Amino acid sequence: MPATEVAGDDRPMRTRIVILGGGTGGTLTANRLDRMLGERAEIVVVDRDDRHLYQPGLLFVPFGLASPEAIVRSRREQLRDRVRLALAEVDVVDVQASAVHLADGSSLPYDVLVIATGASLLPAETDGLTGAGWNERVFSFYDVAGAVGLRDALRSFDHGRLLVNVVDMPIKCPVAPLEFCFLADWFLHERGVRADVEITYATPLDAAFTKPVAAATLGEMLERKGIALEPEFATGRVDGAGGKLVSWDERVLPFDLLVAVPLHGGAAFVERSPGLGDDLGFIVTDPRTLQCHAATNIFAIGDATNLPTSKAGSATHFEGETLTANVAHLLAGEPLEGTYDGHVNCFIESGFRRALMIDFSYEVEPLPGRFPEPHIGPLPLMAESRLNHLAKLAFQPLYWHVLLPGRDIPGVGARFSAAGRELAPTGPGGNT
Amino acid sequence: MSIPTYEQAEVDAEGFLVHSDQWSEEMGAQIAARNGIAELGERHWQVVKFMRRTYLDTGSAPSIRTLGKASGVPIKELYELFPKGPAKLAAKIGGIPKPRGCI
Repeated sequence: MPATEVAGDDRPMRTRIVILGGGTGGTLTANRLDRMLGERAEIVVVDRDDRHLYQPGLLFVPFGLASPEAIVRSRREQLRDRVRLALAEVDVVDVQASAVHLADGSSLPYDVLVIATGASLLPAETDGLTGAGWNERVFSFYDVAGAVGLRDALRSFDHGRLLVNVVDMPIKCPVAPLEFCFLADWFLHERGVRADVEITYATPLDAAFTKPVAAATLGEMLERKGIALEPEFATGRVDGAGGKLVSWDERVLPFDLLVAVPLHGGAAFVERSPGLGDDLGFIVTDPRTLQCHAATNIFAIGDATNLPTSKAGSATHFEGETLTANVAHLLAGEPLEGTYDGHVNCFIESGFRRALMIDFSYEVEPLPGRFPEPHIGPLPLMAESRLNHLAKLAFQPLYWHVLLPGRDIPGVGARFSAAGRELAPTGPGGNT
Repeated sequence: MSIPTYEQAEVDAEGFLVHSDQWSEEMGAQIAARNGIAELGERHWQVVKFMRRTYLDTGSAPSIRTLGKASGVPIKELYELFPKGPAKLAAKIGGIPKPRGCI
């Protein structure tokens, strides 16, 4: 019997692409690759459950502006028909053997692996954070349960100290804690109790945000809204019973209600898979091609990577174009393209039905201007407007129907463009 | 190649060495003195050398979380040794670039 018949199959060999994670990055990558490669590829997405969470929606839950049911859908239903979803926990990636070992003992060999497992929340890493008062007066809104608990606590919160704290960077959506402060200011104002609540924002950064020009704008907004900024606060421990947040150098911030953004790290399997991740478990990834340093047939996307850009859905969306093109290049034996430029944009809810927008890249920090068309807009950059707020609300349907299916958003290119930006003279580190 | 003094070395806007191979232990002591640490003790050196070795081996400086777990000096003590920003200050003293901040 000829050896070729052993496989019992006379169809041409199909390339198996395994994608770890069925969130934003995994879903849009699977759908784009399926459209590009059709029957030539067998695409398997691995995730532990069938619940796809629209993460930007979490910000709105504590203020009763979104219901938890409205921001979760089936992962399966966001994937094209040919793509298989395997529900399993990843144990380890064997880079040398090109195989993923699953927690149930089975293995999934791959020709190409895409890692899209996002960032994990690690509240237990901070002393006392999950101790006394956790989910009573100490909350995180970065998952559904925390956001719902916080919603219930905020309903009856009418006086005292509200403390918002970022434990350490990096975090998903670095503007979200600021947006939380702005929305809390609005929410308490609407309830007529704003004057009886002190809001403080404690951050490990030396300013309100990571990038100098945006940090100045956002810092002024905090001041205007009467929100105190505690910069360079390196959170050491939480005393939930005593209502105290204590820094490593013994600065003490009292609170009645603490909203903490916990430490973030990569997925747990990364640490078990030698060579894949950095010291925090984020995948070491080429910032231009999105190929991983561990092996030529592994790529990574989105929050799972160590790329020096924001952990945000827009960055993931823009990365998708480069990543999928490079998977095709690799399969065709062609050189990869280094086309991802760090492009990211975010809406920043500022309360009172207004929002700002920022748009930036590896090289160019957020600056004033108009978006997406230079000088025309219609959206103003780094300035509050009603239109930005409406655009942020309009984004959720685009997420499910344009971004996840792996299509381009009309008028918004994956590449960053600095055209029309009002360039300000800033040097490195000039955050003043 | 190391050169004698911090004054002669090329530094960035925040005082981090541009060429990590120009560093020497003497220069590390000079940088420390200029940043409020009059004398570098054994525990300071343990951290500075761990930082520098990790950077030279892996191409990136460890985060404060990793320093606390792997340098042999707990985070609490790191803040006592290097007030305000241990990772940043130890990197500067060790002659390596500013740890990649957060974005």
